[in-house]
Amino acid sequence: MSLRYWCIALIFLSSLARAELTIEITQGIASSIPIAVVPMKWQGKPLPENVDEIIRSDLERSGHFGILDPDDMLSHPASEEELYFRDWRLLKQDYLVISSIKTIAKGQYQVRYQLFDVFNERELLAQTLSANTNQLRDIGHRISDAIYEQLTGIRGAFSTKIAYVTTNRTRTQFNLAIADSDGAREKVVMSSKYSIFSPSWSPDGKRLAYVLLEDSGSKVYVQDIATGKKQLVSNHKGINSAPAFSPDGNKLALVLSKDGNPEIYVVDLNTRHWLRVTNHYAIDTEPNWMPDGDHLLFTSGRSGNPQIYRVSLVSGFIERITFDGNYNARARLAQDGRFLVMVHQSAKGEPFHIASMDLSRGLLQILTADTFLDESPSVSPNGVMVMYAAKYNKRSILAAVSVDGDVRFLVPSKSGDVREPAWGPYID
Amino acid sequence: MKKMTINKLFAVSVLALAITGCASDGGVTEDAAMVDESQTQEVAESPEMDAANTENAQVSNPLLDQTTIYFGYDRAEILPEFKDVLNAHAEFLVANPQSNIIFEGHCDERGTIEYNLALGERRANTVKSYLIVQGVSPSQLESVSFGEERPASFGSDEMTWSKNRRAEIRYSSAMGQNQIGDNQ
Repeated sequence: MSLRYWCIALIFLSSLARAELTIEITQGIASSIPIAVVPMKWQGKPLPENVDEIIRSDLERSGHFGILDPDDMLSHPASEEELYFRDWRLLKQDYLVISSIKTIAKGQYQVRYQLFDVFNERELLAQTLSANTNQLRDIGHRISDAIYEQLTGIRGAFSTKIAYVTTNRTRTQFNLAIADSDGAREKVVMSSKYSIFSPSWSPDGKRLAYVLLEDSGSKVYVQDIATGKKQLVSNHKGINSAPAFSPDGNKLALVLSKDGNPEIYVVDLNTRHWLRVTNHYAIDTEPNWMPDGDHLLFTSGRSGNPQIYRVSLVSGFIERITFDGNYNARARLAQDGRFLVMVHQSAKGEPFHIASMDLSRGLLQILTADTFLDESPSVSPNGVMVMYAAKYNKRSILAAVSVDGDVRFLVPSKSGDVREPAWGPYID
Repeated sequence: MKKMTINKLFAVSVLALAITGCASDGGVTEDAAMVDESQTQEVAESPEMDAANTENAQVSNPLLDQTTIYFGYDRAEILPEFKDVLNAHAEFLVANPQSNIIFEGHCDERGTIEYNLALGERRANTVKSYLIVQGVSPSQLESVSFGEERPASFGSDEMTWSKNRRAEIRYSSAMGQNQIGDNQ
């Protein structure tokens, strides 16, 4: 089960039948870190979740790890007493995870795990976590986050959620859903016969803003995820679209065409004060906040083709950001604004792919290749992965690529089309 | 009072037919006017007046049957081959000020959903502006964009895309029977 170059389609069944999405890894990095995650020791009836398998698939999906198949292990130790480092050196493993789980009350579990550096025979991490039956998956993702951070220096994002829209082939039914970052535990937040798009998370992960395209046109709603209560935020004449929460969660940037032409606006969700940001006869759309909360990136057709621009909400100064390519749109920021990712078409007639751009150096890199009509990029909160929607085998699917382009995986749906992924924030 | 209304309506209808008849080069104006008289009188008592007029006009000008026009990729300009169709609708609306139209703008699936929503609006508005220039009152015209969300045809090839880059003309009096773009 080790990770290799290109087109190894491993289907992870860990997401179980109830989840609609599965993961197929298509490309990992060559210098992946060998790690063995030993099956968790448990004496009792089978658990509802296979926690060590969740950890293995999380780490594998990141592309940074080569995962040892439990069948290839010489032993399955659960404690230091049972552990012989030479066995793992023999298997060329750099790191080792052992764990055990026990019941502490009815439906209450305690999980203990340890991460070892095999070469130095040293413990790097040890933690005891408790959970009820429904939280076993969360425990798996939290352990993955801790291991990932310990070994890469980057905060893990396996515990975060993704939002996306599922639809049938004839586009007559739309569901806005939330799932774990591996596609498991899908929960439908909103269903409609009308198209739902542009979901945007509030920074606290408690609300989603989205567009509902009714017969009378597009409208922007904000919905509380826990209660399901939705609020109509924007219903002006013309387009109401492309909502994006500000970093403090108090404002929405969005697009209105009530002036006769799509322009960027910012509305304060508490005072309902509207601020018009752009004023140009071309199309201005897809606002996205810079981390400082004082600037927006947006797509504009003012140069003739869609390109990315930055506007200061303080001075109103507008600056063009992208110059390479025929079509650059829907910018999203990664790594505190050091990178942006976007939909990119290099020249007319060429395919649409996801590209990243290093904002300090202006260098553009095309990240995707295997998918078709790539759109809607969304960056994980640790800035490592980009989830996007694409056409693949005539279906709309989700796929992911690392911001450096080295890791790629597909998230096909078992039925229907999936679109418009939005990667949720960290939830502490 | 009622008689006066009927007479007025009749006059408007005949005027409409005279104009649309001219536009279509048809030689059936007289017959159409006969049909028109009976229908107008019938209809004057029902609120379905617009629908009836639409039907009549369609008899006299086949161009009015054409309610979809198509666009080039990433373009919103009206192609020359669709000007006759739009002119026919403009003439009908000028002659029937009680009739209203909604233009739906649509795009193919290429490019982003939001940019296409804006492009769809641009297409609908271009058609709307063209009709205003032809003398139609802006109060008779509405526009809405569905972007790439309501394709006329499914698929990812140039043939499909060309069918989806379009503006659809909907007479709002017909909305009751044929809800705009409602896929349910």
